[in-house]
Amino acid sequence: MADRKLRAVDLAAERGERRLFEHLHFTLSPGQLLQVSGRNGSGKTSLLRILSGLSRATEGDVFWGEERIQSIDGGTGSCLGYLGHHNALKDDLSAEENILIAGRLGGGSPDRDSALSMLERLGLAGYEDLPTRFLSQGQKRRVALARLLLQRRPLMILDEPYAALDVQVIEVLRSSIEAHLAQRGMIVITTHQAVDIDGDCHRLHLG
Amino acid sequence: MFHSLFALLRRDLILALRRPQDALTVVGFFVVVVALFPLGIGPDPEFLRSLAPGVLWVAALLAVMLSLERLFSDDYRDGTLEQLLLVPEPLGLLVLTKTFAHWLITGLPLVLISPLLAIQLNLRADEIVMLMLALLLGTPILSLIGSIGAALTLGLRGGGVLIALLILPLYAPPLILGAGAVDAVMHGSSAQAHLSLLGAMMVFALFATPWATAAAVRIMLD
Repeated sequence: MADRKLRAVDLAAERGERRLFEHLHFTLSPGQLLQVSGRNGSGKTSLLRILSGLSRATEGDVFWGEERIQSIDGGTGSCLGYLGHHNALKDDLSAEENILIAGRLGGGSPDRDSALSMLERLGLAGYEDLPTRFLSQGQKRRVALARLLLQRRPLMILDEPYAALDVQVIEVLRSSIEAHLAQRGMIVITTHQAVDIDGDCHRLHLG
Repeated sequence: MFHSLFALLRRDLILALRRPQDALTVVGFFVVVVALFPLGIGPDPEFLRSLAPGVLWVAALLAVMLSLERLFSDDYRDGTLEQLLLVPEPLGLLVLTKTFAHWLITGLPLVLISPLLAIQLNLRADEIVMLMLALLLGTPILSLIGSIGAALTLGLRGGGVLIALLILPLYAPPLILGAGAVDAVMHGSSAQAHLSLLGAMMVFALFATPWATAAAVRIMLD
């Protein structure tokens, strides 16, 4: 499991009538990061959704090791964590409850202490018990990031993780990403900002 | 596996408790609709009694329908439905769990409050027992069939009306059997055939609808 590669073979995607990209090939090995760049509407989010098995590619396939990403034993979610544009938080639950429930849903048994310490690392100490509807956009994003980082899946797919974050949290995220790469994890990320990450980074430009 | 499903059930019930108005509006709607009938058609007890099974069932059906739109749309809007697709469990079971939670929040309260409304419409004790039994078998069918409509209309404008058009025709069989069971008791015959058919329909819906709903959710999120 730990040493499987993520392979995209001859991917193509369409939105409406428009072809976003075609003949896209790449292989991502453990310990590597792929930064997807491109202007708005070039298909970054579509690519990430295809990689995470949420959407189907018009052509081509995504493989995790030798298996197709949609038909992995135990579901796509057993190998990857995905953070899209939505934070996927329940407004009426507190940050802590959101994280713990998501952890249990994923089949783990998350403990309260690691959830609290992760929230504290992301600068949310004192906000754990507040329903998330009272949090600001940036704070909600941080809770979603905390949830993703606690899932500890080999592959993390992040769609614009830096949106609405302040400098201090970007720094924490950067060090988390570096730690994840050092543990032979894989990351696919889209961002408009320059990320300066120590590790085996690759770039893919769309459009 | 049950660990994940239980977590989902618990989450949905906690959310319903934190926002009780969602469940209460459904019960309120049921009570008000049934209470309007005597005002409209007059207070003759015998006439009301003969109409009661149909009135109660149609009102229950509309009340369940009113609540269907929210079955998936909240999760769709905040992105948790997307994350649910990534939970390493079969989506059909997750959807079934959500539908079960929906029934506990909306269907079961309707069953529990129906005796009060039945008394208002002059039903006798044995008829009331049959009404509750029929609703207990029938409301899960309503939630299960409704979940397909709720999934198919995800993210569409005017989804609520569309659900009604899609789902109400499919509600005809449980309506006929459910109201028929109470009618049968009223006229002194056995309701066993009605109940057996309702039970069979529930079992069928239990096995068939979650997969259809799961497929619809996948398509709508693609």
